[in-house]
Formats: sequence, C-alpha cells, structure tokens
Amino acid sequence: MLSTDTDILTAAESWRRDGRAVALATVIETWGSAPRPVGSHLVVDEAGTFLGSVSGGCVEGAVITEAIEVIAAGAPRILEFGVADETAWRAGLSCGGRIRVFVERVD
Amino acid sequence: MRADLLAQLNGERAARRAAILVTDIADGAQRLVREAEIGADPLGAVLGRHLASGKSGLVEVDGRSLFLTVQVPPVRLVVIGAVHISQAMAPMAAGLDLALTVIDPRTAFASPDRFPDVDLVAEWPDAALGGRVPPLDRYCALAALTHDPKIDDPALAAALAAECFYVGALGSRKTHAARVARLTEAGFGPAQIGRIRAPIGLPIGAVSPAEIALAVLAEIVTALRRAPRPEAA
Repeated sequence: MLSTDTDILTAAESWRRDGRAVALATVIETWGSAPRPVGSHLVVDEAGTFLGSVSGGCVEGAVITEAIEVIAAGAPRILEFGVADETAWRAGLSCGGRIRVFVERVD
Repeated sequence: MRADLLAQLNGERAARRAAILVTDIADGAQRLVREAEIGADPLGAVLGRHLASGKSGLVEVDGRSLFLTVQVPPVRLVVIGAVHISQAMAPMAAGLDLALTVIDPRTAFASPDRFPDVDLVAEWPDAALGGRVPPLDRYCALAALTHDPKIDDPALAAALAAECFYVGALGSRKTHAARVARLTEAGFGPAQIGRIRAPIGLPIGAVSPAEIALAVLAEIVTALRRAPRPEAA
C-alpha cells in the first residue's frame, strides 16, 4: 500500500472525529491499464470535499456523487467503470482499463 | 467501515505493525486481523500470502467475495558504513522503495558530498539508533559494512535484539567466526547469531561494489518476500 493511501485513512479518521459524515472509496479490482492500483483510497465528506484518488481523475466526479449518496443511505455500493462510452451518460476511463470501486460509509 | 476499526487500523500503522482489514463486499461486514493474529485466523493461509506480498486484493472464500486491505509498514534499510558499497546501494534501494539510512561515525566517509540525497548520520550506531534514527524493528533490514567491529558490532546486537527481518554483515568466514565469538561473549545465543547472513549477499560471484550492493539487496528482497516471518512478539 502506498503511504499516501494510509494518509487518506488517517484523514478519514480525523474528519469523522471532527463530526463530519464520511465515506471511503477503495479500488478493489482492476483490469487492463487502470491508472491507480488495487487498494487505492478516496475519502469524501457530505459536502463533497475529497482527498485521494481512485483513477487519477477520470471518474472521481462520479465516485464523489455516489459517495455522497452512500453517506445518506448507509449501505455500501460497488461501482464499476470501464472504457468511456460516448452513447451513455457515464464516466469512463480514457486509458481503456476497467476498475471496480467499493464505497462505504464510516460509521 | 466502523470508525473504531478505522482507528485501530491507523493505530497499527502508526506503531509500524502490519494488519489486514477483511471486508465482505456484499454487505460491508468487516473485521481487522493484526499480524500477530494471522496464524490462528481461519483465513490464516491466504492472509499470510497477502501479508508477504504486501498487496491488497479480492479473494473468494466459501462463495463470498472478501476484499483484503493489506497494510504493511514501509520497509527501512539501515546500512552501517558510508563505504563504496553503500554509495552504489543508495540509488538501487530507492528504486526498491527501501527507506535508506546510512550510519558511520567516520566523518571522512559520512560526507554529504559522497551521499547526495541520502539520510546520512555521522554518529556511532548505538548513539544514532533510537536517537537521530528511529529504533530498529521487525520491518527493518540492517547491513553492517564497515569491517570494523567497534562500529559494526553494536549495530548487529541492536538488530538481533529488535528482530530485524534481515541482518547481514560483511566479512570473510574467518572475520565472521571472530564476530560470532564476540556476540556469544555478549550473551547472544546460537539461534540469534545464526540469523546473521555472513558472508553477506546472495552468491552471485559479486566483485565490484555495485555487484555486492546488488547481491545484498537481492538477499534482502528474498528475506522480505520468501522467508516466513518470525512470530510476532
């Protein structure tokens, strides 16, 4: 695990302790030329403030939107992102890889 | 994730101890397995493999998908002796993500000009370790390269006491026999002394300083990735 990813876990803990509602997104699987390795983290609060990266920028916007919904709903979600598809309103990875991201609320 | 598990995971990290967070991705159920608990865990074998590789990942167990968040402390390499081999080792260690510290009380050797961008400490090892340099632990490798018992021996004693995952010492078999006698005199047992790799480095026929550095680093990687870890205290 990269040290920056544990810095993110430290941030998640301190944000939570400050009373902010927090969700954690983790890359759990990658195929092809995914930009960030398995285990990479992104922490998000209810206002959409975030730290870390799961894709180097390609799908962070979509992950943050889903994370805010997870904060409200409570149940974890698994998100999957693949190659950018122009016919659908979906975020994609221009590098051609695919990733799965686990999003959970910190309770 | 439960906030208390997150705090425990961060606590293990701060204490430089390995831990694995096991998450059932179907429902988010989680538990934390500390390094010392892995042997007795029902998933011990698979957790042990992930701990050795240091990589997080998904595993399938009894039809459930479990994500293992593997947290292993950054590995440190402490080299005693600001010698030619250490100079050659510095860029190689950086490439291997080993956090290098070079300790040598001889200021003529331990000069920043000879070791640009290296954490260089011109002090005696017993003063430096636990002082300017964080204490040794199980996620440290120590290589003693000065040939001088006054400098190498205290560092080797500290490395054995701290159960460093790798302890190596430069010198011929004859030199090492004398070293074994001194460490025995100092109260170390045969099992502890037997952990010292001497002659140091994998036997690749190394001749030049860079080749010896390569042999030592290859031996360190072997100890890190292939050897079973000693039981946690």
